Amino acid sequence: MADPIDPTDPSHRGSRIARRPGRDDVPAILVKVLLLGIVIGTAIALTPALVAEESWLFLTVLWAVTLILVATYATGRALPAKYLVPGTLMLALFVVFPIALTAKTSFTNYGDGTRNDKQTTVEQIVGSSVTRADDSPQYNLTIATDGDPASGPFTYFLVPQDDPETVFEGTEDGLQEDPGGVTLDSGRVTAVDGYTVLDIKQISAASDALDEIAIPTDSDTFIVRDGTSEAFEGAPTLVYDEDADTITDEASGTVYTAQQQGDREYFVDEGGQRLSDQSWTANVGTDNFKRIFTDSRISSSFFGIFVWTVVFATLSVVGTFLLGLVFAITLNDPRVRGQKIYRALLILPYAIPGFISLLLWSSFYNQDFGLINDITGLNINWFGGSFTAKVAVLLTNLWMGFPYMFLVSTGALQAIPEDLTEAARIDGANGFAGFRRITFPLLLVTVAPLLVATFAFNFNNFGAIFLLTGGGPFSPDNPTAGGTDILISYTYRLAFGAGGVQIGFAAAVSVVLFVVTGVIAALQFRATRSLEDVN
Amino acid sequence: MRRLNRTLGPVAVAVLALTAAGCGGGGSGSSDSSSSDSSSSSSPSADSGGGDADLLVWTDSLKIDAVKEVAETFGEANGITVKVQAISEDLQGSFVTADAAGNGPDVVVGAHDWIGNLVQNGAIDPLNLTPDELSGYSEKAVQATTYDGKLYGVPYGTEALALYRNTEVVPDEPATMDDAIAAGEAAVKSGDVESALNLPVGELGDAYHMEPILTSFGGYIFSYDEATGYDSQDVGIGKDGSIKAAQEISKLAKAKVLRTSISGDNSIALFTSKKAAFLVSGPWALADVKEAGFEYAIQPVPGFAGQDPAQPFMGAQAFMVAANGKNKDIAQEFVNNGVNSEEAMMTLFEGTQLPPAMTSVQEQVDDPDLTVFTEAANAAAPMPAIPAMASVWEPLGKAYSAIVSGKDPVATIKSAGDTINKAIADAG
Repeated sequence: MADPIDPTDPSHRGSRIARRPGRDDVPAILVKVLLLGIVIGTAIALTPALVAEESWLFLTVLWAVTLILVATYATGRALPAKYLVPGTLMLALFVVFPIALTAKTSFTNYGDGTRNDKQTTVEQIVGSSVTRADDSPQYNLTIATDGDPASGPFTYFLVPQDDPETVFEGTEDGLQEDPGGVTLDSGRVTAVDGYTVLDIKQISAASDALDEIAIPTDSDTFIVRDGTSEAFEGAPTLVYDEDADTITDEASGTVYTAQQQGDREYFVDEGGQRLSDQSWTANVGTDNFKRIFTDSRISSSFFGIFVWTVVFATLSVVGTFLLGLVFAITLNDPRVRGQKIYRALLILPYAIPGFISLLLWSSFYNQDFGLINDITGLNINWFGGSFTAKVAVLLTNLWMGFPYMFLVSTGALQAIPEDLTEAARIDGANGFAGFRRITFPLLLVTVAPLLVATFAFNFNNFGAIFLLTGGGPFSPDNPTAGGTDILISYTYRLAFGAGGVQIGFAAAVSVVLFVVTGVIAALQFRATRSLEDVN
Repeated sequence: MRRLNRTLGPVAVAVLALTAAGCGGGGSGSSDSSSSDSSSSSSPSADSGGGDADLLVWTDSLKIDAVKEVAETFGEANGITVKVQAISEDLQGSFVTADAAGNGPDVVVGAHDWIGNLVQNGAIDPLNLTPDELSGYSEKAVQATTYDGKLYGVPYGTEALALYRNTEVVPDEPATMDDAIAAGEAAVKSGDVESALNLPVGELGDAYHMEPILTSFGGYIFSYDEATGYDSQDVGIGKDGSIKAAQEISKLAKAKVLRTSISGDNSIALFTSKKAAFLVSGPWALADVKEAGFEYAIQPVPGFAGQDPAQPFMGAQAFMVAANGKNKDIAQEFVNNGVNSEEAMMTLFEGTQLPPAMTSVQEQVDDPDLTVFTEAANAAAPMPAIPAMASVWEPLGKAYSAIVSGKDPVATIKSAGDTINKAIADAG
């Protein structure tokens, strides 16, 4: 884009801007105005919510993105940016952002039992301790207001279920018997003079305001709403002391303090007994990474699993490629009749959703009732032994993967010019020699990057392992590492198996795997570059 | 983290809209994500968006019709809109995540053994049914839905394992498990069936279906105390009872009664195709067995001769109130008064065909099969709901599977006990 006009020269800027509307036709401008309007409108609409949530980072990012977009498309200056901005934003949103979030999570103990922050956890523990007083009647509850149904002030009208003729009026001053002007209908107050009775929706809408009201009773308890139509007398048994950071059980006098147990804190008494299994999110520094490299269960199995992962991925790629290539070469010969039918049949395994094939294959390997032992007359417990299970996994993955290689090789073969092989034949390179020296190297130029990608895919082929063998067989002394486990299925079990969901730890493992796979892929791409020399 | 998740959705939508605008064409990014299979609104005036209903209930696809009927009856009686959605994949996990992010349902219908995990994640609130109301439910169902001394769910259905028998192959009811196995083996020998007893083992193990054997030999997973519930510090695996059970499992495996080739995936199908004399399974197998078209009988799982009675796990299905729902008052009202009534329980029973948890509904059931399952559930022990149970399923199941594959029973079960204790200690 060679522009002879110096953009810094103010004398030209006016003419440039003036020229712009002429270039775009009217519908295009309307679309642009509309879309930019949506962008700005969305940003404005989201702002109050983000301010209320105090998400300053998101607010900043949101407006920065909005400004970038408006600057790019409304002013008509940075022309290259017009094409780069959407892609860059997508990259940031779908690639960089998840990776950054994963890395951030890997330094926390986030997971089952630690999903909330400390304040929420304390509120829930204390809130859940509200207990019905032993002699409390169950009341039929009517909530009414002499003001606004959304903000109050609210008054509770209570009728004990076992004494349906008595009415209490409940306010923050306490309970008062027999208020005037009350209409009673089958044990429930249905109307009060001068008051509006709230319906179920209004109660739900006003629930935050209602939660603020404490209606004391004569016996040191409060009226607690039980749904929208009933209430009882009760009080929380736990009290949180914010300064001391302790929770006290009023009934027994036990004081619970926050103490570290494992990678998280709990409220525990002096004997170490927990008040609740609820804990809260906390930063744990590099503990998750330390655990990967120091936990004996992980380090003892890690090396073997890593080796099998590499073997599995390598054999899967080599096996599927060779089988696919053989089929491709055979069917590429013009002498073969019914090429199309054969090709269609060979692609079938590729057309069936992977998880269905895997579950089916899993049942084929059943020792007593499976198809494979039935047909072959063997009596092999395929998934019972580590070696046979590995063979079964590789066989199935070969079946799953060769159609792709067949497709790719067929395409690559057809792209190799006929005259090259012809010239080779004239030079005396017949049959296999011609294939080995001419066709195959040319084929690899196109296919090699795909082989690398397939390797990376199989390196993390979670489905093939998880749906087929579940990682098994397992030795009884180590139920976390199975005979066919690859790194990803193994870490999945570590993070989500026994002990509940440990997202922080899983994130740390993902970061490590990300680095490992990245390094391997980088090395492989470097190696495939040498193949391109044949051109 | 929670705050982050809550804002991520809108921000993603915004950026999508931005990038769509950036491309200078195409539609704006509209994203109305909903993971529901099926949904309905009781009121014609209701908007179709899940967030607009006055009451949102999540359940699984098997129970949605019955739950929907109860919810809609409640909605009509109170003049509110209700919406019931089926989450077919990982309902518990989806609920925990959605509730923490503040866009979950108001009520979730699920199994009682989730309660420990839901409570430790702060995802559900306790309920305050009166002692009178509670006495209307079977004792075991209330015990199952009570956690840390508080009620967390209104139970409507119960599940426990029972023993199905193909009466064309074995006409007489066995008094003990040994009798059943002997009769089954005789049927295998005579060529009538291929399997004496279909008790799922699988390559990865199945601790749930093994529980009757474990308990009959005096084994236990966690010790139980009336006042404090299950004790995660007292693991019974690796102790005497479990060793005796492991030895029996090993013996049965050598006799080819227990096999890793029989798993939860094929045990029911093999029984309904007349290839097995006995089947250990729950009420969920009943429809298939009825359809198979042969004479069958059901009895509670018997104990082994001279041993304790077998005590399978009992599971209760329950309505729970979400801690971060948008309409908590309505949710409480629905669970307290909409679900907790004889009519609603009858509807749920008819729709799900699960043995009812409410005693007055139990009395009205005149299906003899379901009566057996009700008896079995009343005699069973509630599955532990404590989070430590997550550390038990895998190691214990795999140990059973290893024993069936021929590993030494005593060493294997002891090592499983060590693994479980270590996992519980690791989990905090």
